[in-house]
Amino acid sequence: MIIEYTRITQIQGDIISVVASGIQYSELAVVKSRMRTSLAQVIRLRGDEVFLQVFAGTRGVATGDQVRFLGHPMRVPFGDALLGRIFNGSGDPIDGGPELKALPRLDIGGPSVNPVMRVIPRGFIETRVPMIDVFNPLVESQKLPIFAAAGEPYNKLLARIGMRANADVVILGGIGLKYDEYLKFRRAFEEAGVLPRTIMFVHTASDPVVERLLVPDLALAVAEQFGVNGKRVLVLLTDMTAFADAMKEIAISMDQVPSNLGYPGSLYSDLASRYEKAVDFEGAGSITILAVTTMPGDDVTHPVPDNTGYITEGQFYLRKGVIEPFGSLSRLKQLVIGKVTRLDHGHIMNSMIRLFAKSREVEQKLAMGFDRTADDERYLRYGTLFYDRFMDMKVDMGLNEALDLGWYTLAECFHPDEVGIKQELIDKHWPRG
Amino acid sequence: MTSTMDSRIVAVNGPLVTVEIVKAQEVMMNEVAYVLWNRVPLKSEVIRIRGRLVDMQVFESTVGLKVGDRVDFAGSLLSATLGPGMLGQIYDGLQNPLSELDNDQGYFLRRGQYISSLNQEKRWEFTPSVKTGDTVKAGYYLGSVPEGIFKHHIIVPLALQGTWEVVDLIGQGSYTVTDRIATLKNHEGLEVPVTMAQPWPVKLPVKAYKERLLPNRQLLTQCRLIDIFFPLAEGGTACIPGPFGAGKTVLQQIVSRYAEADIVIIVACGERAGEVVETIRELPLLEDPQTGKSLMDRTVIICNTSSMPVAAREASIYTGVTLGEYYRQIGLKVLLLADSTSRWAQALRESSARMEEIPGEEAFPAYLESRLAALYERAGMVRLYNDSTGSLTLIGNVSPAGGNFEEPVTQNTLKVVGAFYGLSRSRSDQRRYPAIDPLISWSLYLKQMRGSLGERHPEWVSWVEEAQNLFIQGNEIHQMMLVVGEEGIGIEDLVTYLKAEMVDTVCLQQDSYDTVDRATDRDRQISDFTLLIRMVHYRFNFETKREARQRMTHLQNLFFQMKYCQFQGEAYQKYRIEIESILVKG
Repeated sequence: MIIEYTRITQIQGDIISVVASGIQYSELAVVKSRMRTSLAQVIRLRGDEVFLQVFAGTRGVATGDQVRFLGHPMRVPFGDALLGRIFNGSGDPIDGGPELKALPRLDIGGPSVNPVMRVIPRGFIETRVPMIDVFNPLVESQKLPIFAAAGEPYNKLLARIGMRANADVVILGGIGLKYDEYLKFRRAFEEAGVLPRTIMFVHTASDPVVERLLVPDLALAVAEQFGVNGKRVLVLLTDMTAFADAMKEIAISMDQVPSNLGYPGSLYSDLASRYEKAVDFEGAGSITILAVTTMPGDDVTHPVPDNTGYITEGQFYLRKGVIEPFGSLSRLKQLVIGKVTRLDHGHIMNSMIRLFAKSREVEQKLAMGFDRTADDERYLRYGTLFYDRFMDMKVDMGLNEALDLGWYTLAECFHPDEVGIKQELIDKHWPRG
Repeated sequence: MTSTMDSRIVAVNGPLVTVEIVKAQEVMMNEVAYVLWNRVPLKSEVIRIRGRLVDMQVFESTVGLKVGDRVDFAGSLLSATLGPGMLGQIYDGLQNPLSELDNDQGYFLRRGQYISSLNQEKRWEFTPSVKTGDTVKAGYYLGSVPEGIFKHHIIVPLALQGTWEVVDLIGQGSYTVTDRIATLKNHEGLEVPVTMAQPWPVKLPVKAYKERLLPNRQLLTQCRLIDIFFPLAEGGTACIPGPFGAGKTVLQQIVSRYAEADIVIIVACGERAGEVVETIRELPLLEDPQTGKSLMDRTVIICNTSSMPVAAREASIYTGVTLGEYYRQIGLKVLLLADSTSRWAQALRESSARMEEIPGEEAFPAYLESRLAALYERAGMVRLYNDSTGSLTLIGNVSPAGGNFEEPVTQNTLKVVGAFYGLSRSRSDQRRYPAIDPLISWSLYLKQMRGSLGERHPEWVSWVEEAQNLFIQGNEIHQMMLVVGEEGIGIEDLVTYLKAEMVDTVCLQQDSYDTVDRATDRDRQISDFTLLIRMVHYRFNFETKREARQRMTHLQNLFFQMKYCQFQGEAYQKYRIEIESILVKG
């Protein structure tokens, strides 16, 4: 039995209220107005007043418009037919392909995994980005943000990882994405021929703000089901700060007391409930999340990156177009380095970073006007090679190839005594001649 | 159709529901009620009463609830069930055993499952310790059962008031936690049956003991920085605030494994599930060096991770503390680690905001301070009715927003704890782990335990204070060197700085991944620190700064190598002899 209501009593921001009874908390409704039809979700019940957030926004919504409750929460179709498809923030296809009406539907924002059903992560996801694979490898089921100031090429990085990573399914969730960026993602995936394993949920900057809120949940609900079905899923989200900003807007419209810079007090829980979808299922697949978090004012103590940092398992800093080796951290890396990857991995990683730190020091010293020694020259040379061969975003290299190139680069600049690596590994890997 | 005789939901706002109760009904603050969602009962708790309107926080997702849905009040406060069989368990915030829940699709938590916290079938070998006719009161022992390595005393229900006579007592034998083991009668002739399991409302402190004692015995954590410089007392409280990535989790794992406590309770409150998984999967494989048993046998994990319902997060710390108090009543030395109290405070903030209470600083409710104080006050060392002692020590992790300690949770916690271990980003960036900053940290127990620490050495406390001063001096000299360079300071200042660096490197810093260095027992702490303080006292004579640096670096390396060697082993002795010879001749 579906009842329609035609009496909207209040419109504030993107929230409307209607007088209705028998409505479930969180259920979905369709709001039909002269200009368009939009989905809306119940966010509060008070007596016979029902508050809904209207995903397409309330511009043009009239008090006499029709509200039809659907009796279920937000759902998303699921099946292999999703692969290669592109959807908007309401979960409707926008690629001109067929509707997916026949597929079963999943509730989004489902309950969390029982912690005792998780296993300690043990899979390595190769991204072919040496700054990740060699120095801070991505581990299956990890959740890692990319912290970047506005203007950094974070979407380019994400697209590259999406194209190259060895995952079974890649799901992109675009939140407040510029239309150009969306087109670039799409073209990149098409050209790389990976579209058949990709699913995109795209909310562009010109779409209604409230629709942003759905994107991570849609992407993660689909990811979760693929994971349960045994697939290794990589979820790419950009940009979670836009997601947090949408939550802020709703909270303020609902007269919630803000906690910090206008964000609701539940910011941590709201972000965590999304990131915690990353999981390695015992006896099935996994979900790995890589999410861009832009830092307003390049400030890592801003509430969004700050709360994110507490939730996630490390972070990558993208600065001046490259992944910064200092500050970036994969907290789970010790679970795979030297265990899943080659035995020399940990040693070469530490040694290369230490020497690169030294080369930065030398650069600073020279910048202060000190004399340049022959040693300095070698460190500078190493610094340049390191940048060109490993940090440059254009580099596309598998892990083992990168490790070999690491040995080769060390040998070009240094004597084995200087690199601080165990002799047996030097004997085995140091390039001869 | 709906009956007018039931209490009904009138509003739903996230995890908060408002219920209109029937006229004659009596409700209690913090009473448990069940909201019926399609006949599935969802547990909730009364948090405000205004006339016939009652606000409740629901411990589960409220998706799908409707205005008009029925609510049944349970007539009791939110309680934990206490008795034998809790050790080694992994509970959620409401004490449901997580491994026994039925999961959707095999993995996902399903709403409305409440399972008894204690195994109802397992039989325990009960031996009575009283006889019929004895007079007892709450907290007295009726007998005991062996549980692992412990003698688990069966306690007269803590909720009983006044004195009671044992009118019936079961003989030695094996019983389940639901079997009646005794019957007690009071002056008014009221008889109560007693089983080995008893409920206790988690938000009320247990006070069935003779007196509280001043914490004056050390609780060894085997982390040198804590034990030597900022010692923790049995029954004391401490907080560990730190920015993300500064090593709170690793420090907590180390303490939970190596602390010399009988029972360790880990409350994972609103943190990553991944961390809990590591603990759950690794702890059973680790051996307790004191008992030779698995570390899991002395551990209880309460787990409400960040994506689990937020109201249950608020309850989880209280559940943990209640379990801790119960083991203290048994006469055990209990350590509770809560990670993180900030997430708990945020849960308070969320429900306060939904109730539209007037916010305090950073939107935390005005009662944050008193709630925090009341929580930490539940720790303590007590003398029980049989004159033995028990203790509950509480360490709370704090996750300050932006790593800034000026925020309300950190500040209000500092007012009530006895020790403060401040993690600093700069130390963790320099890979100086554990990243507890000695310049900002403090422990009130250093002076309070002067007596018992004096057993290590009569001068112990003054040595520690000397070393603390050395850090301050070393830091001042370091700051000066940053401005004027090494050339700008005198050789004595340089030596002081190098001494401070040496104590930092070989004593404060501890390698949690090294099998020897990760835990240092009491004997080794005494031995190594006594040697180190000799170095601090030693008046070195160096001609040049270069010589000073070289020889101090050499000495530091000897100490450094020594700390990785098995205590009293051959290699250890070799380094020690070499160090001693340097400290004789300089």
